Amino acid sequence: MSLITITDLEKHYTSGSDIVEALRGINISIEAGEFITIMGQSGSGKSTLLSVLGGMNHPTAGDVEMAGVHLYRLPGEKLADFRAQKLGFVFQSFHLIPYLTALENVMLPLAIVSMSSAAKKTAAREALGLVGLGTKLDRLPNQLSGGEQERVAIARAIVNNPQILLADEPTGNLDSKTSAEVMNLLCQLNAAGQTVVMVTHNPENGAYANRTIHLKDGRVEMRN
Amino acid sequence: MKLHTISLNNLKRRKAKMAFLTIGLTVGIATIVTLVTLTRSMSSDIERKMDEFGANILITPRSNGLSMNYGGISLGGVTFDQREIREDDLLKIKTIANGKNISAVAPKVLGSVTVGSHDVLLVGVDFASELKMKQWWKIFGDAPKGDREVLLGSDASRVLNAGVGDSISIKGESFKVSGVLDQTGSQDDALVFANLSKAQKLLGKEGKISLAEVAALCSGCPIGDMVTQIAEKLPDARVSAIQQVVEGRLKALDQFKRFSYAMAGVVVFIGSLIVFVTMMGSVNERTVEIGVFRAIGFRRSHIMRIILLEAALVSLLAGIAGYGIGMGGARLALPFMAESRNAHLVWDVTVAFGSVGLAVTLGLLASLYPALHASKMDPTEALRAL
Repeated sequence: MSLITITDLEKHYTSGSDIVEALRGINISIEAGEFITIMGQSGSGKSTLLSVLGGMNHPTAGDVEMAGVHLYRLPGEKLADFRAQKLGFVFQSFHLIPYLTALENVMLPLAIVSMSSAAKKTAAREALGLVGLGTKLDRLPNQLSGGEQERVAIARAIVNNPQILLADEPTGNLDSKTSAEVMNLLCQLNAAGQTVVMVTHNPENGAYANRTIHLKDGRVEMRN
Repeated sequence: MKLHTISLNNLKRRKAKMAFLTIGLTVGIATIVTLVTLTRSMSSDIERKMDEFGANILITPRSNGLSMNYGGISLGGVTFDQREIREDDLLKIKTIANGKNISAVAPKVLGSVTVGSHDVLLVGVDFASELKMKQWWKIFGDAPKGDREVLLGSDASRVLNAGVGDSISIKGESFKVSGVLDQTGSQDDALVFANLSKAQKLLGKEGKISLAEVAALCSGCPIGDMVTQIAEKLPDARVSAIQQVVEGRLKALDQFKRFSYAMAGVVVFIGSLIVFVTMMGSVNERTVEIGVFRAIGFRRSHIMRIILLEAALVSLLAGIAGYGIGMGGARLALPFMAESRNAHLVWDVTVAFGSVGLAVTLGLLASLYPALHASKMDPTEALRAL
């Protein structure tokens, strides 16, 4: 059974009097342990697809099943709980909290988890160690380089051992050298068994993935 | 890492904004504390004065007589159908609706006795109540402590040729003069004061009293109402109010109190508005941050807790600072506002806890909508990038 099954997914937005069909009948299956890249031009619907996969954007029609759970049939805040337990997010602009240190930023998903402070710190240190930032725990985001900030964002995304790591253009704001480092890091995580779904417009990044799904005008155009 | 870590760190980061919020709320709370404390201190000052003025209600036996005195000159009177007041009846006074305003009830029994070769008026009093009511009395020696001691007015002491430590004989019983009153310029100068129960026995009026004076602390109640209430409880007595010089001042104070409350209301409103606008601005500035919180699995209630905790911490600080500054302001303003030079500042625990409680309640209520707004933010909208 697939880890993620997307069936007949539709997402329509209303823009003034127009209806924008961002996703039109998407059907995708993703197995556990896969590294998937979703590619497409701007406006193809890839970011919308990622937000729907992340349980943050209710689809107009269709179904998203993840780890045996029909995501959008979950009542109220259970969807937030699902995100907290099963998903990890890496954002394009890092979105680190500026007034928290690297360690505190990584501990953020654990703020709502019932664990001792010591256990939270240990988990965050391990995650930062994994991304190669074990020596910069007490730095604030503005004291870190772009690549380092992205690593902190990745550490934050994996600190709660999520089943699925969702990444939105994680190299979009990085130079090519740092981009390669980040992509290698994601590959390492994937090699360790982490399922990764990444949105990117950079074709070079597709080389790191097991599979690439191309979107065009809200439809799956091609699967590699 | 707990939710409060986020709140505390955010407050540290936004020092200027939070300082503005704290100062705004502090000024509001300080104004309220100053006004309330000033009003209470002034009331207390006036009440203390009323206490010093002595009785303001007089209870005498009802009779169908007409007094015949004018300007302090008495020509006797025609008195018939004189009724009596029982000492036990006075207990009913404390049961009136405004009973808590009664500071002291001083019963008296009067009668003529002969000491040596002089006729004097013996007044039996309850010394505890009497001394509470007549705080202007200055006693050389001590107030009587038992049945065998008496207190002499200054004229009585001179006429009877008895001073502190001497003994006088009344109806064959010997009494020690424990104290002599300093000249008061009133009728008290000519009297011999003894313990009430002893005087009742000496005068053959056990259980009866001739009159009672009542001191009421009445900044919050009309004397007229209390007179009516006591009269209902004691139908056989005549209850009359002694004209109060302070009544006008009480009215003025009442007006000031109303003005204070109106001011407090306006200040509370402005304070709420400052908190609301600042918190709303803060929430809007933190759209992305809140989006991240929601994306990583924070529930709406978690977001609300972060925002409300920030509001509560700032409000708590403002409440404590406001109380301190408000009391300081009241202390500075009181000498200019109060009638007496030695008016004391009223330190009230209710005002202390009330001001801090008000600040926190105000902060939380005014932040409720911004917190709700934050918790309802669409994480996708909030992050935009996704």
